[in-house]
Amino acid sequence: MRPDPLIPMLGVVTAIRTDTPDVKTFRVTGVDGKKPFVHIPGQCAMLSIPGVGEALFSITSSPTEDYLDFSIKKCGCVTAWLHQMEVGQQITIRGPYGNGFPVDTELAGKDLLFIAGGIGLAPLHSVINYCRHYRDRYGSIDIVYGSRSKADLVDFPEITDEWCREEGIRVHLTIDNAQPDWDGHVGFVPNFVKELNFDTSKTVLMCGPPIMIKFTLAGLMELGFSREQIYTTMELRMKCALGKCGRCNIGNKYVCKDGPVFRFDQLDQLPDEY
Amino acid sequence: MKTIAISELNRLFEAISGGRKLYIPAEDGAGQAKFTPWRDGLKLTDKLNTVRSAKDLFFPQVENLVNFKVTGKQIEIIENRDISEPFAVFGVRGCDCRSFDILDRVFLSDPVDTYYQTRRENGLVITLACTRPAETCFCGTFGIDPASPGGDVTCWMEGDALYWQANTEKGKALTAELPMLRDCGEEAVETQKTRIRGALEKLPLRDLDLTGFDGEHMQTLFRSEKWAELSESCLGCGTCTFVCPTCQCYDVQEFNTGTEVKRFRCWDSCMYSDFTQMSAGQPRPTQKERFRQRFMHKLVYFPSNNHGIYGCVGCGRCLQKCPIHMNIVKVARTLKEEMK
Amino acid sequence: MQERVKQKAIELLENGTVDRVLGWKTGEFFYDLTPAVFTSREEAETNFVFSAFSGANLSKYLIAESRKGGKVAVFLKPCDSYSFTQLLKEHRIWRENVYAVGVQCDGMCDAEKLRDAGCEGILSVREEGENLIVGTLYGEKTVARKDALLERCTVCKSKKIVTFDELIGENGEELDSDRFAEVARLEAMTPEERFDFWRGELSRCIRCNACRNVCPACSCEKCVFDNADSGVRNKAAADSFEEKLFHIIRAFHVAGRCTDCGECSRVCPQHIPLHLLNRKFIKDINELYGTYQAGADPETKPPLTDYTVSDCEPSVVYERGGKP
Repeated sequence: MRPDPLIPMLGVVTAIRTDTPDVKTFRVTGVDGKKPFVHIPGQCAMLSIPGVGEALFSITSSPTEDYLDFSIKKCGCVTAWLHQMEVGQQITIRGPYGNGFPVDTELAGKDLLFIAGGIGLAPLHSVINYCRHYRDRYGSIDIVYGSRSKADLVDFPEITDEWCREEGIRVHLTIDNAQPDWDGHVGFVPNFVKELNFDTSKTVLMCGPPIMIKFTLAGLMELGFSREQIYTTMELRMKCALGKCGRCNIGNKYVCKDGPVFRFDQLDQLPDEY
Repeated sequence: MKTIAISELNRLFEAISGGRKLYIPAEDGAGQAKFTPWRDGLKLTDKLNTVRSAKDLFFPQVENLVNFKVTGKQIEIIENRDISEPFAVFGVRGCDCRSFDILDRVFLSDPVDTYYQTRRENGLVITLACTRPAETCFCGTFGIDPASPGGDVTCWMEGDALYWQANTEKGKALTAELPMLRDCGEEAVETQKTRIRGALEKLPLRDLDLTGFDGEHMQTLFRSEKWAELSESCLGCGTCTFVCPTCQCYDVQEFNTGTEVKRFRCWDSCMYSDFTQMSAGQPRPTQKERFRQRFMHKLVYFPSNNHGIYGCVGCGRCLQKCPIHMNIVKVARTLKEEMK
Repeated sequence: MQERVKQKAIELLENGTVDRVLGWKTGEFFYDLTPAVFTSREEAETNFVFSAFSGANLSKYLIAESRKGGKVAVFLKPCDSYSFTQLLKEHRIWRENVYAVGVQCDGMCDAEKLRDAGCEGILSVREEGENLIVGTLYGEKTVARKDALLERCTVCKSKKIVTFDELIGENGEELDSDRFAEVARLEAMTPEERFDFWRGELSRCIRCNACRNVCPACSCEKCVFDNADSGVRNKAAADSFEEKLFHIIRAFHVAGRCTDCGECSRVCPQHIPLHLLNRKFIKDINELYGTYQAGADPETKPPLTDYTVSDCEPSVVYERGGKP
């Protein structure tokens, strides 16, 4: 068979972790037990179940691990199928796609501020663990993570047992509404970010629902951040992930190929259609 | 330069089809011209162009990508791509010939689409100069010369004779297989070229000027208020897309045969409402945004990524076929007015 | 007539009868008119055109236009008025927001017909008696007017404007046309011949959906063929039966509601005679339930959604000898 980027390879699901009522994390390796490919934090892969469909997901695990993790929220046809599968299920996988975050260039040496909402943690998770692995290459790390409730915080044990205990990392958790077993911050991410009054020397990596992005961005502007300092990662409908099927463009940029990671000053140059 | 009498075309086609499949533009039962596999006696159409463009031969409307067999938790990946054999296509006009260059920029750029690449490698393009361009033609806007349309071989039909000029190694190799072609001078072809260029001077759309349609003006053009008016009666059908030689957006779909899952790709249209529909939302919620995308892609996004080359070749098919007669010429003229 | 229609558009805008006028807008050539909404005298004066090339049926646009608030004027040729009336009957158009101007019609021409008649490089047209003199890049060409007409006009079923607030020209009568002749020809074929005929025609389909999107009877909010959950959604034929499935299901769905406005065949880029499928249903309904013309009036109950004891039984298929 002449290899074509549209023809996937086989993968196998070796572990499934239930994170929240609607988020599960799937560990995928090749059928030979090895990692299917090496990625850059922020890159994505096409997963599919033949007969159900193919969809693009960001890779949650750090490239420094010897497996690929995908934290996936149940919200459509393909994700619903993925959520009901069991360990040992074969799936198809192709990738990695997209530019990823500039972890070894623009972000190197910077004080980093991660801002995530809900399942928006998935792509940032990969960057966070990459930076932890190469801790000396980066300055301070702040993580603001918010979700609807405590139960909706993805991968809560890792956050509390590892990230929160690590020196040089400050984790700021928040949930939308107060609940009895929660003694942390309550409130929406945009307000929380403003309250925390971060130093404007930081470089921001942000991912979450559009409404959170919109208001957090405004808050960061108020604090004095510039748009060149803020990175985000986009999601649009895709079929090929190769820059050819023609639907994930924002202006003349394809999210699958030129993105999904953009700085806001870059997005400002593009038509407002996302 | 070689030549053969038009009365002997059938013999020429027979010889070409000896080593490969040959397609020629011929009329179907409804009088619609179409690239049709040659068979003995099939008559070349007199029509200027085919309804569907020559892109079909390199990027078919539907093609198999791969099959899967799913058994319990196991998946088997099965090769299922359509076998591509050497073929030649005769009678391609200058506009369609240029469209291959545009499609190449999409499909042959990294990562290469091997389905398209295989057909391009297997395909031999024999063009035919346009003696009678239509009022809807505007290939000149894109620097295309319909009097010298290019391809592996260029042909002219003048008087009782067909003239033949090989342009590429592939074209020269084919020529060597065709002893019925006789050497001749260039006079007849030069006369025809002069006449064609004279005809081009009279085309009503010859003044279409796309200066200003570039990446620099992306935001201005995108935000133009004219899009609402231009798109107001658009039916949201895919006619323009599917007759267009350069539209190449595709969808990947699956079909469960009962024993296997066939993953195939098919042409898609940015004019369709589900083109960008996600479970999370829709970035192009109305026909205005979809309509804008099609024309911004051809006139702004594509050239800004491809050294100023537009995603249009001026073949005029959309001008003839759009059910409401809205088209790239009207869009360009209206927006140009705005930019002044 | 052409000037009167344009003046009426201007007058309705000027005197405040309506806020908007739905009509046809001038193009690059004389024949490429686009349906358009006009909101000012200036726009209408510069761009409004009514001519023998105003074939597009504007009724379906009223589904959206009549919901936008304010009042919209529309120009309806006789066959368009059947579509308009049928849409009113289906409660798809808000009648109170529409000012309908009926326009007498002598048949509509189409550039594709001129091309089929051998015109190349079409630049101008003028009428001379029963002929059209077409000016082209390659000299003048004479085409009989009847050969330039849309198919539906060559077998015009009615010159009557069914529903209107105002009339330009004279209202006509239903005509005794032979529009079922071609259907009868197909009925006379053997099943094999007929299957071959349709396979040949429908194999040209490129699934552009123009027929569906232009059809005034296809007004579903979401078409079953666009619905991923329906199991029949496909943008392309996964196998050779697909196109037939699409067109036959569509014909079934508009049966009893199709007014035979002929837009499906007008817009088909592949010149598939789609109207014949619908006309077959109309002919069958006439024969099995008594003569019925969709859109002919706002009251009559459509036979397929009405029950009478004299309705034919499914056994009619057998009684007709299994023949179509």
